[in-house]
Amino acid sequence: MATAPAATFTADPGATLSPGSYADVPYEEKLRLWDEVKADDRFPDYLYGCYECGICVAACPSARFYDFSPRKITQAAAREDVELIFEQMNDDVWNCSQCFSCNRCPRQNSPGGLITLLREVAVKNGLASSKEALEGYTRIVYKIMTTGTQVSPDMLQADAFPDWGPGVTAVSEKLDLWRRALPPETLHTTSMSWQVDQKTLNELYLVWHYTGVMDMIAEVDEGLHMIILDVMEESLEEAGYEI
Amino acid sequence: MTTYIPIDALRVKPKPDPANAPVADIRERLFELEEAGELTVHRVPEPYVEVMTKYGRTKKIPEQMTWHHKSCGQCGHIPGYSTAIFWLNRKLGFEYNDPTDQTSCTAWNYYASATSNAAAQAGVAMRNFAAAHEVGYYPIIHCGTSYGHYKEVREEIVHHSDLRAQVRDIMSKLGKDLVMPEEIVHYSEWVHAMRHRFAELQVYDLSNITASVHPACHYYKLVQEDAIYDPDLYGGERTATVSALVEALGAKVGDYSTFFDCCGFGFRHILVERDFTRSFATQRKIEVMKEEANPDVTLTHDTGCVTTLDKSQFAAQAHQKNVGIPVMSDAQFAALAMGAHPYKVCQLHWHTTDYTGLLEKMGIDWETAWIEFEKDVARIERGEIEYLSWEDVGV
Repeated sequence: MATAPAATFTADPGATLSPGSYADVPYEEKLRLWDEVKADDRFPDYLYGCYECGICVAACPSARFYDFSPRKITQAAAREDVELIFEQMNDDVWNCSQCFSCNRCPRQNSPGGLITLLREVAVKNGLASSKEALEGYTRIVYKIMTTGTQVSPDMLQADAFPDWGPGVTAVSEKLDLWRRALPPETLHTTSMSWQVDQKTLNELYLVWHYTGVMDMIAEVDEGLHMIILDVMEESLEEAGYEI
Repeated sequence: MTTYIPIDALRVKPKPDPANAPVADIRERLFELEEAGELTVHRVPEPYVEVMTKYGRTKKIPEQMTWHHKSCGQCGHIPGYSTAIFWLNRKLGFEYNDPTDQTSCTAWNYYASATSNAAAQAGVAMRNFAAAHEVGYYPIIHCGTSYGHYKEVREEIVHHSDLRAQVRDIMSKLGKDLVMPEEIVHYSEWVHAMRHRFAELQVYDLSNITASVHPACHYYKLVQEDAIYDPDLYGGERTATVSALVEALGAKVGDYSTFFDCCGFGFRHILVERDFTRSFATQRKIEVMKEEANPDVTLTHDTGCVTTLDKSQFAAQAHQKNVGIPVMSDAQFAALAMGAHPYKVCQLHWHTTDYTGLLEKMGIDWETAWIEFEKDVARIERGEIEYLSWEDVGV
């Protein structure tokens, strides 16, 4: 059975080697999650080492506005500092903008790619922090998974985007007319970005089903999982599929 | 005082030698996989234009017979973006396909919430690619994130045989082949390739217009070797996409010091943590552009960038910040220059930051244009026509 290391070398005096704020989570569980991150086929392409040069931090938009550092993410991964990685998986990764400006790394690391993997494992294992980070976002997950388009024109409502000015109200009030005043025939939609065939949606649902995405949704939001599953099953059954 | 950093001053580097590229040419591996019977490579149809990418390699950009992989945010919230791309194709008399057998790449959601995985993302991509191949049109990707993500998917499909086998099995269950395009092409690369033809059809003189350019992160930071560069533009140090169009149309490129910064979109942030997005977009991009280049317009080539840079300015204006730059895509700008209707085609009423000063400076009578648009909307409302058609906008 794996045990916590007594001491590990660190070049960063600010790094945490103690269990920190997640002392209640067993080290073995943190190690299991880290092993899951490393098992992803993409992991070796995202981490080669770290010069500590900080170029990634200089390029990072999130580092300017949050207590967040792509260098620390990379350093913790390179050192396999399981305690710190778990802390980051909970407290840091959702600050990342996923712009991949950090890909400018002279060692060819992709801190943003590492964060994608850390997030994915956090979601797959239903970490409380991932549920919290995705609160308020679930309607978007529902939209993309059921309609095959991420945002729809009818989401432009003043109460959802008060900081976007009065133009949002104008769009929402004229929505149907203004959508019909678009020359491309595929854009006369209000509840999805463009017209998507039902057959196409069924194929998308099958992709979600065959790749375990529905299981991930169940981990972060059981209610959302049930709603999406209802939509998918009804459509697939009508089309003659059995899942 | 407005100052310009002449981009000529950076014209010092020779054309890069593809033989010394630090990364392998993935297209060679694609053809090897095809030879081994692992997948089908969808060839770029002729005629095509050859452009240069970061390390001096040549990339083929198809002229027409394109399958338009639309963008969620463009179609949903800034529909003049997609409409302008189609309008440009029609203006050149090109044949294209605007499919309903297309889903989002779903990468906006993936980068925002991680509620997916590599196999699912590859499955979505390959389903769309197969759909394009089935109807004989070549995929052209409207969204910068879709483009970047699909290039990542291509890397993963090519380099990981387990993933390839898994996705091939899923495609088989859908009744589809495993098909990968020979080139993954962003619409802005097509705009870049067509820029001189656009200039031939230009109806407005833009010599008094200054445009600042925001390059989309997922266009040139993800699988960076596949983005367009030109040693004659920024010395080959920055992607030439969009900036080259501005030059071709006779406008000035207004340079600024935070060119490489992202817009602040953040994927999840734009939807649920927008205080970050607004702060970054205004403080690191718009205010810097305003201070250093004072442009008439900011041009970009991605969904999230147009949305973020445009919408974020409203709140900043309320705080008397030094903002107020209209934002649009390269396609909308080119279409306007070629005489496209600002509302019926470019749909600028969906944008937030005041653009009327730009139109006036370009010589476009926006007030008359708005009356024309409202007349058409009234016809739709009265039931005289069901929709506005391409014939109604003259292409």
